[in-house]
Amino acid sequence: MRVLVCIKRVPAPGARINITADGQAVDTAFLGFTMSPHEECAVEEAVRLVEQHGGEATVLTLGPAEADEQLRYAASLGVARAVLLPIDGPDWDPQRTARAISSAAAAIEQTDGPFDLILFGNESADSGGFQVGVRVAHALGRPMVNGIKGIEVAGASLRARREGDGGVEVYEVTMPAVLGVKEGINLPRYPTLKGRLASKKVDVARVAPVGDAGGQQLVTLVAPPVQASATVKLGEGPAAAAAVVDLLDELGVL
Amino acid sequence: MLLVVVEHDRGALAPAAEEALTVGRSLATQIGVALHALTIGAAADTLVDAVGAFGVDTVHQAHHEILSDYGPEAWGETVAQAVRALGPSVVLATGTDRGSEVLAQAAARLDLPFVANCVSFEPGDGPASGWQLVRARWGGSLLERCSLVADVKLLTVAHHSAEAVPAAVAGTAAVRTFTPELDAVLARTVVRERVERAAGITLATAAVVVGGGRGVGSPEGFAPLEELAGLLGGVVGCSRAVTNNGWRPHTDQVGQTGTRIAPDLYFACGISGAIQHWVGAMASKKILAINTDPEANMVTKADYAVIGDLHQVVPAISAEIRRRRST
Repeated sequence: MRVLVCIKRVPAPGARINITADGQAVDTAFLGFTMSPHEECAVEEAVRLVEQHGGEATVLTLGPAEADEQLRYAASLGVARAVLLPIDGPDWDPQRTARAISSAAAAIEQTDGPFDLILFGNESADSGGFQVGVRVAHALGRPMVNGIKGIEVAGASLRARREGDGGVEVYEVTMPAVLGVKEGINLPRYPTLKGRLASKKVDVARVAPVGDAGGQQLVTLVAPPVQASATVKLGEGPAAAAAVVDLLDELGVL
Repeated sequence: MLLVVVEHDRGALAPAAEEALTVGRSLATQIGVALHALTIGAAADTLVDAVGAFGVDTVHQAHHEILSDYGPEAWGETVAQAVRALGPSVVLATGTDRGSEVLAQAAARLDLPFVANCVSFEPGDGPASGWQLVRARWGGSLLERCSLVADVKLLTVAHHSAEAVPAAVAGTAAVRTFTPELDAVLARTVVRERVERAAGITLATAAVVVGGGRGVGSPEGFAPLEELAGLLGGVVGCSRAVTNNGWRPHTDQVGQTGTRIAPDLYFACGISGAIQHWVGAMASKKILAINTDPEANMVTKADYAVIGDLHQVVPAISAEIRRRRST
């Protein structure tokens, strides 16, 4: 089966997020980058599906030239092909991003044949727009379910599991299909040395993204108000146990 | 008119829907329009009074055989058709998996922008003008002020960003039936089967959560945390570092990509407090951090802290609980 995975390069924040002086972006001077956690699992799922059913996985991103790093990371895990839709400057809005990915995916399918499955992460870690995958699926006329934590392929259809408030919901869709996956669907592997070396040789295809801007535009990023609260130290080491249990009593959880 | 898409599961109202209705009421008053609600599927016909309690003027009940259970495409198409037929200037939905998914489906079908997880709203002057919104990013650890220009504003309300408050004077909502024309193909993403969750305490609903991070050191290291959780009728949680190491299943993960918890007390044991984890734990009423590092982010953000090795402190707390209960 042919699987396309769409990912996004995002900063990997540690304990706090700082904003640049112009308020337009997260200050990444001291941060590394990664792909969104849900997408790491989407990449792993794509590699596993290809291992089980044969075929080929392709990874695609719309982002800065540096997103080459995330594409090659996916390649180091077993994704055969990589596509970069390079943009300069700030993130594209969700509609514009979806338009560019839809037309790029359609163009790839025109030359290389259809993707049986297109995977997205449930939402990007940084902007969390909750819509690009849905918009791409609609543009391509395919079924789409988000929030998926289990995929079983059986012939031309697949069973997908999602956790709802009351339990697990099972969906059955016929491929070609689009799914948004959530972390927890699998435990992503780490790249092997062989995989890392191979990923350096992968030819990352560059396709100029095309898409009209949508109606949502970032004005500025704002740090949420910090609740200033002094931490009450209950003590050090095991000797603090009595003070802790006093607190449990006071909070009514004992 | 402002239209609230009411999230429910087979007729059970989602708590987030009450928040969206509350925000919808104040926003409708602010911009001087009527408050309407859309319930999808006949199973939700019982929600008229529950929705009416929030001051809704009219409830539109969407009926179609495909709407017998949840399906993102069928629900999204229903919302899109309701927008075309009823002409609201604003559509609000819940900032949950379902709410976001349904509004994204509707937005795609209407070719309109959609802004997810809004926490505050500044309507422009007149229906055609742009709005200013503040929305949650990074799971709420960063906010974004954005502008929205669209004939119909499609928005979700960030969960827990507003408290659900019924209307001061409960009115009686008028009821109208809305019959969308749904292509049979939309049944392709309707829920096919369900596996009900076993009754019991879950991470999301527990009153006490005992969480462990990298500092726990191994899968076996969680035994004292299990013991403490057991004594307090709580459950064990963990950080992403722990699930990535394979020490605990992902279902135990507290965080942006795991479970959002809101217990009365959260024990954060050997957890540094990265953004990813903090976002999932910050709704806890009280947080007690146990950490060897007094400068750890979790320690400085917590309400209470014990500085020390969790492997000694946690068993000592359990022993003290036992000692007091036996006397």
